[in-house]
Amino acid sequence: MNMPATKIEVETAAPAATVAAPVVAMTPKRPPRSEAYARMARETAVRVIPPLVVIALLTLVWELVCRRAGSALPPPSKVFKDTKELILDPFFDHGGIDKGLFWHLSASLQRVAFGYSLSAIAGIGLGVLVGQSVWAMRGLDPLFQVLRTIPPLAWLPLSLAAFRDGQPSAIFVIFITSIWPIIINTAVGIRNIPQDYRNVAAVVQLNPLEFFTKIMIPAAAPYIFTGLRIGIGLSWLAIVAAEMLIGGVGIGFFIWDAWNSSHISEIILALFYVGIVGFVLDRLIAGLGKVVTRGTAQN
Amino acid sequence: MTAYLKLDHIDKIFTRGAATTEVLKDINLTIEKGEYVSIIGHSGCGKSTLLNIIAGLTNATTGGVLLENREVNSPGPDRAVVFQNHSLLPWLTVYENVKLGVDKVFAKTKTKAERDAWVMHNLNLVQMAHARDKRPSEISGGMKQRVGIARALAMEPKVLLLDEPFGALDALTRAHLQDSVMALHQKLGNTILMITHDVDEAVLLSDRIVMMTNGPSARIGEVLEVPLARPRKRLELATNTTYLKCRQRVLEFLYERHRFVEAA
Repeated sequence: MNMPATKIEVETAAPAATVAAPVVAMTPKRPPRSEAYARMARETAVRVIPPLVVIALLTLVWELVCRRAGSALPPPSKVFKDTKELILDPFFDHGGIDKGLFWHLSASLQRVAFGYSLSAIAGIGLGVLVGQSVWAMRGLDPLFQVLRTIPPLAWLPLSLAAFRDGQPSAIFVIFITSIWPIIINTAVGIRNIPQDYRNVAAVVQLNPLEFFTKIMIPAAAPYIFTGLRIGIGLSWLAIVAAEMLIGGVGIGFFIWDAWNSSHISEIILALFYVGIVGFVLDRLIAGLGKVVTRGTAQN
Repeated sequence: MTAYLKLDHIDKIFTRGAATTEVLKDINLTIEKGEYVSIIGHSGCGKSTLLNIIAGLTNATTGGVLLENREVNSPGPDRAVVFQNHSLLPWLTVYENVKLGVDKVFAKTKTKAERDAWVMHNLNLVQMAHARDKRPSEISGGMKQRVGIARALAMEPKVLLLDEPFGALDALTRAHLQDSVMALHQKLGNTILMITHDVDEAVLLSDRIVMMTNGPSARIGEVLEVPLARPRKRLELATNTTYLKCRQRVLEFLYERHRFVEAA
């Protein structure tokens, strides 16, 4: 009979205890923590200040060069003045393609996410096949070596003819652009799996599926992620070009539209965003690779 | 003598294009259950090839391997191998490395809890239970080899194959690990076949030492019984006449009659 009562007491007391505990534990640690923060701040400063200085200098040069009357390109001060509204409100939506930059970027990112996911799956699959089977390599590798040299945009007319629509065509261009480095790197990774690991798998008698998930993928992961990282970069390169041609909402057509309306400042702003997003995508895949291949890289 | 593991007229010829090299010629050997046999010879004499044939990782050109009177020609957990360079999978923890084999071998015969206990039991045997959650890159070379031994033992092999298991270790670690293997052999009574190029190691650990002639076409030159009582103590043996005689005998074989000739 006593039990329920005590239980309730414990439950109500618990939140208070969890709130109180960290405070008690942290007070004595304060001084070293502030030192750690100071060290972190120093390290960050060392890394952040040099690029900031370079950017400031380049902006200054740009300003001085483009400031003169009759200059073809606007100086940074004018770029900022012209695009202030776009920068401050990226979320507006006036219908059609008259949308904020956020919507353009997210439309482009969606296409990339689609096409890139497909190419990651197909690329790793084909890479495993080519890496594992000598005959698949002999048959497919020459084909890959030729196809991968075709520039992304050269595929666009063909895919427009096949799909009769801009959206799937753009996704196909992303797919076909980013798949080659994924295939080739995965194949190299699979081919470089040490014989020792294969021997271990043979002695333990792993079946092909277990060998694939437990040995192949983890052993080749560093290579696969190299391919994935090159792939995401290429996807982002291709999407801007493809969107210029297919039109609609997307950062590529935004740039093209700005050029047609002679809004040079908007082009510059869009380029800035394209660069930042490309950089973030690259870091994202690199970070993911680091987490996934934690144990594999060093032996 | 009852044959537990039998190597029957094994020849191995490597073919590369038109060139053929005969590596092993007419290898015959029978090993009893519970016996500890070492194969010693100069490098390049085909010892490792022989071990790979027994493990099923390579096939003999002619002849075959019989384990309990059944021919074996593909790899399997009944002939677990401890590899020279440990071959632990770097993305798995110590525990997971051992578990990989256990899960496979005892998938039907043991429950999950039993398998877990069995992994820990084997890690305890090699005194590595404390490092169960470490990755191979975080432990020393000797520890890695211990885990490699645990992985092989945990598969309950009929024959344990050791491929120069202590070759990559420093002398002190090696001695320590040799003692561990001796203790394990004493306790579990495994049948062990070890490849080595270390004379002291062979004499200290083995019941019989198989000495191989130089390749190409390496044969078994001589088989030496080591009539030393077990358990053997490294320090006491240092002055034991039987030990010294055996050692002398192997040294003579390797350095007088079958001296290693540098390839010209």
